[in-house]
Amino acid sequence: MTYLTKPKLHHPSLHKNKVGYTRRDYEGAVSTLCAGCGHDSISAAIIQAAWELDIEPHRVAKLSGIGCSSKTPTYFLGNSHGFNTVHGRMPSVLTGANLANRDLIYLGVSGDGDSASIGLGQFAHAMRRGVNMLYILENNGVYGLTKGQFSATADAGSKSKRGAVNTDTAIDTVSLALLMGATFVARSFSGDKQQLVPLIKAAIAHDGAAFIDVISPCVAFNNHPGSTKSYDYVREHNEAVNRLDFWPSREAITVDYQEGGVIEVPQHDGSILKLRKLEADYDPSNKINAITHIATAAAEGEFLTGLLYLDPNAEDLHAHFKTSAMPLNQLGVKELCPGSEMLDKINASLR
Amino acid sequence: MAKRIEAVNDFVVKFANVNGSGSASANELFAKSFLRMGIPVSPRNIFPSNIQGLPTWYEVRVTERGWLGRRGGVDLMVAMNPQTWDQDIAEVEPGGYVFYDDTRPLPASKFRPDVNVIGMPLTEICNTNYVDARERQLFKNIIYVGALAALLGIEPEVVAELIGEQYKGKEKLLMPNVKAFHMGFDYARERLKDALGLKVQRSEAVGDSIFIDGNAAAALGCVYGGATVCAWYPITPSSSLAEAFQRYCSRLRIDESGRNNYAIVQAEDELASIGMVIGAGWNGARAFTATSGPGVSLMTEFIGMAYFAEIPATIINVQRGGPSTGMPTRTQQSDVLACAYASHGDTKHVLLFPEDPKECFEFAAQALDLADRLQTPVFVMTDLDIGMNQRLCKPLEWDDARSYDRGKVMTRDELEAGKDFGRYLDVDGDGIPFRTLPGTHPKRGAYFTRGTTKDRYARYSEAGPDYVDNMRRLQKKFETAKSMVPKPLLDASARPARFGAIYYGSTSPAMHEALEALATTGISINALRVRAFPFQDEIADFVASHSKVFVIEQNRDAQLKTLLVNDAGINPANLISVLHYDGTPITARFITNEISQIVRTLNVRPIKKDKAA
Repeated sequence: MTYLTKPKLHHPSLHKNKVGYTRRDYEGAVSTLCAGCGHDSISAAIIQAAWELDIEPHRVAKLSGIGCSSKTPTYFLGNSHGFNTVHGRMPSVLTGANLANRDLIYLGVSGDGDSASIGLGQFAHAMRRGVNMLYILENNGVYGLTKGQFSATADAGSKSKRGAVNTDTAIDTVSLALLMGATFVARSFSGDKQQLVPLIKAAIAHDGAAFIDVISPCVAFNNHPGSTKSYDYVREHNEAVNRLDFWPSREAITVDYQEGGVIEVPQHDGSILKLRKLEADYDPSNKINAITHIATAAAEGEFLTGLLYLDPNAEDLHAHFKTSAMPLNQLGVKELCPGSEMLDKINASLR
Repeated sequence: MAKRIEAVNDFVVKFANVNGSGSASANELFAKSFLRMGIPVSPRNIFPSNIQGLPTWYEVRVTERGWLGRRGGVDLMVAMNPQTWDQDIAEVEPGGYVFYDDTRPLPASKFRPDVNVIGMPLTEICNTNYVDARERQLFKNIIYVGALAALLGIEPEVVAELIGEQYKGKEKLLMPNVKAFHMGFDYARERLKDALGLKVQRSEAVGDSIFIDGNAAAALGCVYGGATVCAWYPITPSSSLAEAFQRYCSRLRIDESGRNNYAIVQAEDELASIGMVIGAGWNGARAFTATSGPGVSLMTEFIGMAYFAEIPATIINVQRGGPSTGMPTRTQQSDVLACAYASHGDTKHVLLFPEDPKECFEFAAQALDLADRLQTPVFVMTDLDIGMNQRLCKPLEWDDARSYDRGKVMTRDELEAGKDFGRYLDVDGDGIPFRTLPGTHPKRGAYFTRGTTKDRYARYSEAGPDYVDNMRRLQKKFETAKSMVPKPLLDASARPARFGAIYYGSTSPAMHEALEALATTGISINALRVRAFPFQDEIADFVASHSKVFVIEQNRDAQLKTLLVNDAGINPANLISVLHYDGTPITARFITNEISQIVRTLNVRPIKKDKAA
């Protein structure tokens, strides 16, 4: 929390990015989560991705719901405005914020209780509206802050720390996001930074609703044998479908990949996603194919990670609404008020 | 032969129809024709929560004096719905009239000896002239409007003009409607001569007034007040407000490049709609939602958060009959307490009480200013009676010199200059802190917004003193709001009065009429129209200067009275409630009768007419 202070001195040789910030400028307050919490690794990945993308920290708005995951925005991007909203309702608040100012980058952080239980509706609707955001779901299958109850993403048959066995069917958030119309859907693992950082970068560049479900083991309540969200279990059953590299622009492509093994996906903003295929027949531009693969893997007790689906021609809510190029929160009385002369005309039409 | 009510420009006509039969536009045409003749009129839709088949009524009060409240009683019943025949006939005043379709004769037992009957074979006329079933139905409505025009003396040119406006650009529909109108008009003129003792004659009483429903006026207020984000969820009786906002924006809010200077989201529920409003408000756009009681119930958690985290939000509550689903298509003022104290924990919210569409316009625009200035949710407490009925009111006004009050928003330059920013720091002593908008400054002014307790610099804190400090400041802010919200308006009796009356919102027109009626019976009352919460000191002073004060409300539990006792420190012994809550709009007759009776039981009889009660 805020009574814990971080040393403000930075090493003078710290490398600066294109907008003049060191990696440490993207940090936040010291985390108060448990040592070894997967969520802290995700925060670190967000910091890394934002720094590498040369984003000015104050141009990001970070919003969250309630729960351990939703506390994390305090721990990264300390110069960004943050909003810890109410339980399960981050998507609506973020949608409103996004409508008010289309020029900022919106990062929504949520957990499995927040998104799959209390906030399932808002999660689904934010995806189907195409709100331009990165929605990160830090998924540990358990309620941490209230000490270990199952969440709706806990697998049937998974065992709680106290020994109870979950009998409810798990909600698969990536499948749901796909069905709801998310145009960028990925799954990753908090322990795989190499995979996660490029996914976050690509998701931020994506012009639409981007969803990343990050399996993030809870060391306090869900890291025991019998849990399907423990570090050991996830490492064993994680099957990556591709490796992603992200280039901010076409010119920057320098790395060679072996012919045939790479898919290039140009984005709206000129950036390029390069996908190194790990599974021969996995095509992330095919939604039906993606849904089938996810379901097949799940039936075998595995879960796919990587970029599972991408619609490079995605449009966001502002495009659907044809909103002005100028952010709505910058419009003044001149642009917004039709004036007394028009009101006289309106009055005349009401007689 | 029954006696006949004879009246000029002062009577009530009620249409009993079947929902979905196309009667609404014909009835509206009827109502508007009086306005075009300069005679004030006050129509009300009394409709079911249904799309087709259930009974629906449309009541038109024609009133030279401009009494726009519901009068009570019916002088002419246009009985077009066999389902409700008995109750419709029972409602007619002695000496009144029933106009009905006598294609099939009804037994004498179906009528009242003291009610005059005017029969016209509407079905037969339609069957003779039209083949298509839908046409038969639709034109039947226009035919009876024609007949009534002839019976009442409405100028046919006026109706033809209105039909012309209604079907402008749809010429195919224009002529058949005019023809149907004349079919009815000519029939009644020739065969129903002098059947009706109610007449109209041209007047100048309408003046420059306009005819608009409160929801459309509130929507226009949001357009003029600078709202750019509207998030809503359909719920009667508020849906037409958001739809009107959409309609006006699509005309008035398009920029040079053809893009929209607004965004409207039909959300998945009221939780999401208020969440979006709060997100937009947090990020510096003016945002509002329109809803009704059940929506407010769902929004309550968020409203408490916006209060505590201090985020502007405008909520227009078009009240209906509660609790639960209650009476979705009936009117009440029963959300006063639910809105004043919405949320768990200690919260209080600003409420504005518009009396008519004109104030819906003004208060909607003002609410957006107040929400920004006070950084808190602001409710505009309208209701179905104002919101969904077209009402005659003074023309809407806007001062072009007016700018938007965006409240205390610290700018990039101020931050750059090193001005101290504490998100919850009371720098001016009014309880209102400065805020910053996301993206303002690279290094300064960022803070974390949360529903948890924090200190003056927005740092998370559960320390008791920090909590108390913050809650006291919020209380001070609410005190500051008193000087910003609309003041109560006094309607002083012409003669010295011991009694006072407090009323608000849609009760207004009925109250004005009741005050005059009471005065003529020797009961003089000073009336104060409360227009906002928090209550200004004038309200307590008003109560203190009268021996008894009537509080007139449209709810069962005397909610405003509770609020007056609770928040303005008024002694409940000085207040007498007059409560009307059956879902119909309160009438002058009801208020007059109630107050007269109470005054009698208080043994305060006016001995002579010229002596004050």
